[in-house]
Amino acid sequence: MKQYISVTARFDEDGNLLPLKIHWNDGRSFEIDKVTDIRYAASLKAGGAGLRYTCRIAGAEKYLFLEENRWFVDARG
Amino acid sequence: MRYILHSDCNGFFASVECLHNPEIRNKPVAVCGDTDMRHGIILAKNEIAKQYNIKTGEAIWQAVEKCPELVTVKPHFDRYIRFSKETTRIYSDYSDRIEPFGIDESWIDLTGCVNSFEEAQAVAEQIRKRVKYELGITVSIGVSFNKIFAKLGSDYKKPDAVTLITDKNYKDIVWKLPVEDLLNVGRSTKTKLNSIGVFTIGQLANFPYPILKSNFGKWADILHMFSNGLDMSPVKALGFVNLPKSIGNSTTTCRDMKNYEDAKIVMNVLADSVCRRMREQGLSATTVTVSLRDTTLMTITRQCKIETTDISCEVLSAALKLIKENYRFDKPLRSIGISLSDFKPKLEPQQLSLLRDEKKRTRQSALDSSIDILKKRFGSYCVRPAVLLADRSLSGFSPKEEHTVHPVGYFS
Ligand SMILES: [Mg+2]
Repeated sequence: MKQYISVTARFDEDGNLLPLKIHWNDGRSFEIDKVTDIRYAASLKAGGAGLRYTCRIAGAEKYLFLEENRWFVDARG
Repeated sequence: MRYILHSDCNGFFASVECLHNPEIRNKPVAVCGDTDMRHGIILAKNEIAKQYNIKTGEAIWQAVEKCPELVTVKPHFDRYIRFSKETTRIYSDYSDRIEPFGIDESWIDLTGCVNSFEEAQAVAEQIRKRVKYELGITVSIGVSFNKIFAKLGSDYKKPDAVTLITDKNYKDIVWKLPVEDLLNVGRSTKTKLNSIGVFTIGQLANFPYPILKSNFGKWADILHMFSNGLDMSPVKALGFVNLPKSIGNSTTTCRDMKNYEDAKIVMNVLADSVCRRMREQGLSATTVTVSLRDTTLMTITRQCKIETTDISCEVLSAALKLIKENYRFDKPLRSIGISLSDFKPKLEPQQLSLLRDEKKRTRQSALDSSIDILKKRFGSYCVRPAVLLADRSLSGFSPKEEHTVHPVGYFS
């Protein structure tokens, strides 16, 4: 199921947008420890396409998609 | 030697919908106009629905007869426009000469960027893979030395495929195809060609030119050039937009239009939408055409010349006059349409008319631009003439957003 979530992100001085923290709709939130890859990709599981950030969150690798101006998470693989 | 790609998204609307709805991906899917409206027709179908012989343009009930388990989904034009732009983003990594043809097709000129068909083919393969990976939809691509053969190539093998048509192999591929596969050969040209014994593109290419000329006149040159791979038309640079031939809109209403007053309500909405589209392109029209279809599906089309204008109320009154003078409502109308043509760019100096109240026209024009801005920001319903409130079952549609995207002509 595709679910848009709230994300805290930062623009750097060159205009790059980097997600810092995700906020689940149930109120929990998690720091993003590291972004290891950014590329355009389709999300076949959740259904959509956009800029895909590969993130390490609480020890697990997750895909975070920026679809126009909204974010959603997709399980890896 | 030129190296030109033609890339065509496969079952574009349906592919985009299937990407967004994983649960319908393995079912036969058709994108339709609203299913409970009677003008619901198939706009696009996916590969699985194709196997049931479902055709674009047929009625939903016909399609469901062929395939009872058909999943029908509503179109999302905002998504298609976004995905269309995303394909252009990918193409523009390889060339700045990208010419869109409709919403889901483009020519990409690689001349000067690659030096052989092998290199051009490699770029095509890369584009094919990237579109699939980055957008989750597929394209088929033709690689050739002119736009016409490149387009034939994108149609030759699909989905998700690349076809190479070179100066060495075109006779084996293109010349074996039926003549109607050639761009701009419609049904009447096909019938005429068939009647002189021309069935394949090869037969057309080798047909004695003088006889072709006596049958088709000026059109013969194009047929001869296209079939022999001699089309030299350039791929236009991105952002270069042709003047459209016509801007039109039509609608089938929820209930039939019984009299002139009913038709007037609907024409108000349609005229407003075509005028807004015309102004967006910075154009003024000199011809207004109205088409009227009655409940027996008989259609009449009437047109008139107007003094060059882009003002909504002037176009509307010309359209209403055409209806009044040409239809007596013996039978109710089922659908009506309007189209504008013979455009002049707005920036061209205009002849002020002694017969028109130019001061009033300037005010009308300013009013139109203000309303355009309001509608752009707040939607089509934010400002409306009072006549539209008379019957919402006739006026409750917003054609500018909902209009389908029509393929454009090659020579337009
Ligand atoms: Mg297509």
